[in-house]
Amino acid sequence: MSAKYTEDHEWVKAEGGVYVVGVSAHAAEQLGDVVFVELPEIGKTFAKGDEMAVVESVKAASDVYAPISGEVVAVNQAIVDDPSQVNADPQGAAWFVKISASKPAEFDALMEEAAYKDFAGAS
Amino acid sequence: MSGADSQTLKRTPLYDLHLSLGAKMVAFASYEMPVQYPMGVLKEHLHTRESAGLFDVSHMGQAYLRTLEAPLGSPEAHASIAAAIERLVPGEIRKLKQGGVRYTVLLSDDGGVLDDLMIARLYMDQFQGMLSLVVNAATKEQDFAHIEQKLDGVAALEVLSNRALIALQGPKAAAVVNRLFPGAAEQPFMSVRPHYWPASDDGAFTVVSRLGYTGEDGFEISVLDTHAMLLAKALLAAPEVEPVGLGARDSLRLEAGLCLYGHDLTPEISPVEGNIAFAVGKRRSAEGGFPGAARIQQELADGPKRLRVGIRPEGRAPAREGAEIQSTDGKTSGAVTSGGFGPTVNGPIAMGYVDAAFAATGTPVSLMVRGKSLPAVVADMPFVPHNYYRG
Repeated sequence: MSAKYTEDHEWVKAEGGVYVVGVSAHAAEQLGDVVFVELPEIGKTFAKGDEMAVVESVKAASDVYAPISGEVVAVNQAIVDDPSQVNADPQGAAWFVKISASKPAEFDALMEEAAYKDFAGAS
Repeated sequence: MSGADSQTLKRTPLYDLHLSLGAKMVAFASYEMPVQYPMGVLKEHLHTRESAGLFDVSHMGQAYLRTLEAPLGSPEAHASIAAAIERLVPGEIRKLKQGGVRYTVLLSDDGGVLDDLMIARLYMDQFQGMLSLVVNAATKEQDFAHIEQKLDGVAALEVLSNRALIALQGPKAAAVVNRLFPGAAEQPFMSVRPHYWPASDDGAFTVVSRLGYTGEDGFEISVLDTHAMLLAKALLAAPEVEPVGLGARDSLRLEAGLCLYGHDLTPEISPVEGNIAFAVGKRRSAEGGFPGAARIQQELADGPKRLRVGIRPEGRAPAREGAEIQSTDGKTSGAVTSGGFGPTVNGPIAMGYVDAAFAATGTPVSLMVRGKSLPAVVADMPFVPHNYYRG
């Protein structure tokens, strides 16, 4: 199943009953070399749009927002240990968290890949 | 960047070169400048420390200051222009050798730093009585207006708006610059030397200074705007050289413990508080005769109430400008003025102001980042040893 996207440049994929979340390839490129990632604790709950994680490049810090409401059921410690993975494989190995959604309908409202590409190209 | 912004932003003579090299351009000090090239900030930074990086610093302000009280080249000409500029800065200018450069500061009447700058005594005999100044881009108009107003009738300021400034920094910079400017590799640190470049009929007066803003050996070359593209391309043609943007310029200077004006130094901060007391000459601090002398002399004698220090966060999280610095009992002690990730250090580094009681190296402090208290210690600067040419 292909990813959907937020206007804040997160991607979300439905996988095995949970939602996998990361930052888009476009966002990773805009950030530049990622040197620090801070992820939430497992069990924490977020409403859509809440600040959920932090990603920092040499230049600046950026917030990552929850793209969908729910509870964090897994986090990717590998990107905390090696933040450069966010640049190397932002939409694959460098996923951030997995969320058990409390409002799965929010997923349907996210942008499809083509719409996101138009949006990111214009931003 | 909106259309209105890009219309009002200025461009350096190397603007087209930046675009052709694939630079990401940003607004900085009312100029459109390259923040990074396709190589990226991290690799540009590391390349500069290992080899040589080329920086466009043409946005900085360049000017000549010439005495009106003695003929140029006369025996008293240098003492005359030195006495004039020493009314505005606390640096030792009188004792500069021909071709010597001094880092110092323009002071407000209460001893605050209006800007930090480089002052060079010109090298050639016939130009004694002239100094060249390089000031920060964001402050250049006000600096030049300040100098003209304070030295009206004593010295004449000529702003060099037709000159570009190209920096080449890194351990291999000397070998590269020496191919174009013979003798540059033996030029002393903190000196200027004039050249005619290129050595052909359409060459121009070009000034090579050996100094920089990275902590590495390196040069800044002042060249006519009409020749800037030619020089930049000649330097970039060397296999050792890659173009480097403002992003890595900032991380390099932070690791080197060097101040960014408007952040680490402001009109409220004295050079003693700013931990750049070396910008105040020994004779000058003894004699006074510069703006704010009473405050600066007192701070030199008794120690300042606050001091700019280096800070090493203990974890991996960078602390950025504005982060509060707390003493271990939770009381506010100061704030981070520059902070981020040091690619050579391979970890977070910062500088900021703390109460003098917490300024000793090794003092534990806490940094407030996103509402969390991060452990850190006051650390020696530079974070990466300086690698200047010492002959």
